[in-house]
Amino acid sequence: MASATDKNEFFTVAAEPQVNSNIPPGPLAEKWTQHKFNMKLVNPANRRKHTIIIVGSGLAGASAAATLGEQGYNVLCFCYQDSPRRAHSIAAQGGINAAKNYRNDGDSVYRLFYDTIKGGDFRAREANVYRLAEISSNIIDQCVAQGVPFAREYGGLLDNRSFGGAQVSRTFYARGQTGQQLLLGAYQALSRQIDAGTVKMFPRTEMLDLVIINGKARGIITRNMVTGKIERHVGDAVVLATGGYGNVFYLSTNAKGCNTTAIWRAHRRGAFFANPCYTQIHPTCIPVSGDYQSKLTLMSESLRNDGRIWVPKTPGDKRPPHQIPEDERDYYLERKYPSFGNLAPRDIASRAAKEACDAGRGVGPGGLGVYLDFSDAIKRLGRQKIEERYGNLFEMYAHITGEDPYVTPMRIYPAVHYTMGGLWVDYNLMSNITGLFVAGEANFSDHGANRLGASALMQGLSDGYFVLPATMGNYIASEKPEKVDINHPAFAEAEAEVVERTKKLLSINGNRSVDSFHRELGKLMWDNCGMARSDESLRYALSVIPKIREEFWQNVKVPGEGEELNQELEKAGRVADFLELAELMCIDALHRTESCGGHFRIESQTEDGEAKRDDEHFTYVAAWESTGVGKPPVLHKEPLNFENVQLATRSYK
Amino acid sequence: MKLTLNVWRQKGPNDSGHFETYHTDKVLPEMSFLEMLDVVNQDLIAEGKEPIAFDHDCREGICGTCGMMINGVPHGRQIAGTPTTTCQLHMRFFKDGDTITIEPWRAKAFPVLKDLVVDRSAFDHIIQSGGYISVPTGAAPDGNAIPVPKPKADYAFDAAACIGCGACVAACPNASAMLFTGAKVAHLAALPQGQAERYDRVLRMVDTHDAEGFGGCTNFAECEAVCPKGISIDVIAQMNRDLFWANLTRSQPKAKKESH
Repeated sequence: MASATDKNEFFTVAAEPQVNSNIPPGPLAEKWTQHKFNMKLVNPANRRKHTIIIVGSGLAGASAAATLGEQGYNVLCFCYQDSPRRAHSIAAQGGINAAKNYRNDGDSVYRLFYDTIKGGDFRAREANVYRLAEISSNIIDQCVAQGVPFAREYGGLLDNRSFGGAQVSRTFYARGQTGQQLLLGAYQALSRQIDAGTVKMFPRTEMLDLVIINGKARGIITRNMVTGKIERHVGDAVVLATGGYGNVFYLSTNAKGCNTTAIWRAHRRGAFFANPCYTQIHPTCIPVSGDYQSKLTLMSESLRNDGRIWVPKTPGDKRPPHQIPEDERDYYLERKYPSFGNLAPRDIASRAAKEACDAGRGVGPGGLGVYLDFSDAIKRLGRQKIEERYGNLFEMYAHITGEDPYVTPMRIYPAVHYTMGGLWVDYNLMSNITGLFVAGEANFSDHGANRLGASALMQGLSDGYFVLPATMGNYIASEKPEKVDINHPAFAEAEAEVVERTKKLLSINGNRSVDSFHRELGKLMWDNCGMARSDESLRYALSVIPKIREEFWQNVKVPGEGEELNQELEKAGRVADFLELAELMCIDALHRTESCGGHFRIESQTEDGEAKRDDEHFTYVAAWESTGVGKPPVLHKEPLNFENVQLATRSYK
Repeated sequence: MKLTLNVWRQKGPNDSGHFETYHTDKVLPEMSFLEMLDVVNQDLIAEGKEPIAFDHDCREGICGTCGMMINGVPHGRQIAGTPTTTCQLHMRFFKDGDTITIEPWRAKAFPVLKDLVVDRSAFDHIIQSGGYISVPTGAAPDGNAIPVPKPKADYAFDAAACIGCGACVAACPNASAMLFTGAKVAHLAALPQGQAERYDRVLRMVDTHDAEGFGGCTNFAECEAVCPKGISIDVIAQMNRDLFWANLTRSQPKAKKESH
């Protein structure tokens, strides 16, 4: 390995990496089937004797809770929202991929697998991705049976649309609200189990620490967000399905409550954090309009099926869009990537937008925007057809901007959307802590360095409906977790730490609000660890983050008390964790001197500005072990072996 | 923009609550209503006061978490002029110098937890009592095995678009949740997959609706007017038809599940 990746003042490298992916042997296409057969089972009558804790109730959490409950386990499910139906999976718009090949356009499990590996810039595990592609079809069947109202054609069969990074139509959708309908399907399946008594639901409850006993994850410490009560919960296994950490940037398309606390607390307890720098910047979001901005709104990628992206050819052209003649417009995606055109993958489309704006050709206030224009599609298909496909998205755009996108082209700009990184897991979705499983966006497993559109929903439901229910039984049956209860000293110790931390946050009583720190951190991360990263920018961020963190712990103001509904306290705890995570993200980004997918190091690009991978030195998963706040983490490298796919330069030209 | 806000403040479920008046001159027309409240809250924190508690999450009109009475109407529907959630209501609809009254949802089944935050778990209880299709994971036939005519699928989608925000209840003089309940009943009743449990479902869901303390529907249609997703009261008619048929054909009163 080259010295660049070996270490610097910010981290050390484990001589003997403790990351065993546990990928089953055998040919790619038979691994999962064979593995399922080889796994141990728990007798249906014995399942209710085992308690499984699931944190998070989005697509991954709700589907896992519903399925494990249905199998007969005693499930405890936690979410910070007032109802499991509100998890942020609900906001996913465009669709869910599945290798059904209903279009007869050449799709197959292998093609979905290949597209996902390539889309992820060859930084994901083959075996995991193949399993995902294999399961994708079952997910659609399951959701249809639950009553998810997918879009249909007049013949009554399921409709498909295209998505970025693919040349087949394999995306199933429910208008622009696919995530909502899939989540409500999972929520209803979960509700059925709550009614049946197999799942006990704890809404408005936040996990604040993980409890480890004899090296195994055995429980969690939570805070009841209405009464403030700190509580202990014990189980035979813990599943974290708490989503991504995009809110480290403050402004993102995530819901305001999305946070890293559950996975970060687990990381601090020993769980490895993999590829934290892999962040997805989504190309089509509504641009920032001012300093007060609290979040960014995504405009689904599906819009790129019919919308054409362009900027004026001349820098500084301030004419309104309809006055700019056709030959003075640059449809830059169609120009640069003729075979994928406007459906180039997200990382590529985002960088191209940044490039156009950096060249002074951006539109709208501050020049941070590009047009997404539907006039051709409206001319070709009629307004009604466009309304049918994207009605709610156009409405949302009009609500926010006060402009009518049927008449004036949308203005869009990239924004933080998804985090491919997350807790490290093996093929069974178990972290390096025995008994701690991680599912959905919270893990790092399937998307490599860039996630393709309509694949997050697929992964969340694959993990929850099909993977965890299989691997959990095997874990319980082979580990036979010993009996422990909440009076174990490890619970008391973890609880005391949580109480102490809460007390500390409330007692600082400084001069700055939680939000002001969060905004400061977010801007620093966006400027230095965002769409383009460099050795210089990352070192700068790494010099500033500890200072912000230090000031936070001396000068934050958290009004109110602990034993009540206290939203500032909730935010403070989350921002405190973001302030630690941000540092690890920058260290990871600094150590990975190659560009790949969403991670773009300006030092590593081709002549025409595309991401340049360094396969010789970086074909591995970077799994980080915590050694304490502000101390250099330890890097464990899990090599990625490509046995079926040949590493190639990713081209969408 | 300068605004005067009359905001409901209530320390906890057992506090009687009162209005407090705040003035702000930092509002911009591009802000969303919740961003306006963020600004007010930042000032309150700076003054050493407790910020106004309100529920919110996605801020893009889909999670259904936010919701408040704005000048007496859920989500400020009358101000936006079109169906909206509170997070999608923007300040450009207000005028400089306006006075805005902000209250939590008011309904017996939605007790106030703090300030503008209410407990809507009654909605979850309604869904838990049958608002689903009983299909174990892995037991599904191919997605295209059962064709669903497009108009049926579209109708099901329209009903399923409900975000469970509770505006319908807050708008109803009877604090009825019939639009919410009817939306789920109609969604599942429209699909072939939902037929097996159709009549049992409607009985159980309506029983729970009543047990949770929601009132009955007397056709004011206020719910439809404020629904951010434009769900039509046709779903209530559909539910009542199914309920009528279910009652006619029910052999014996079904034992009600333990109430939550």
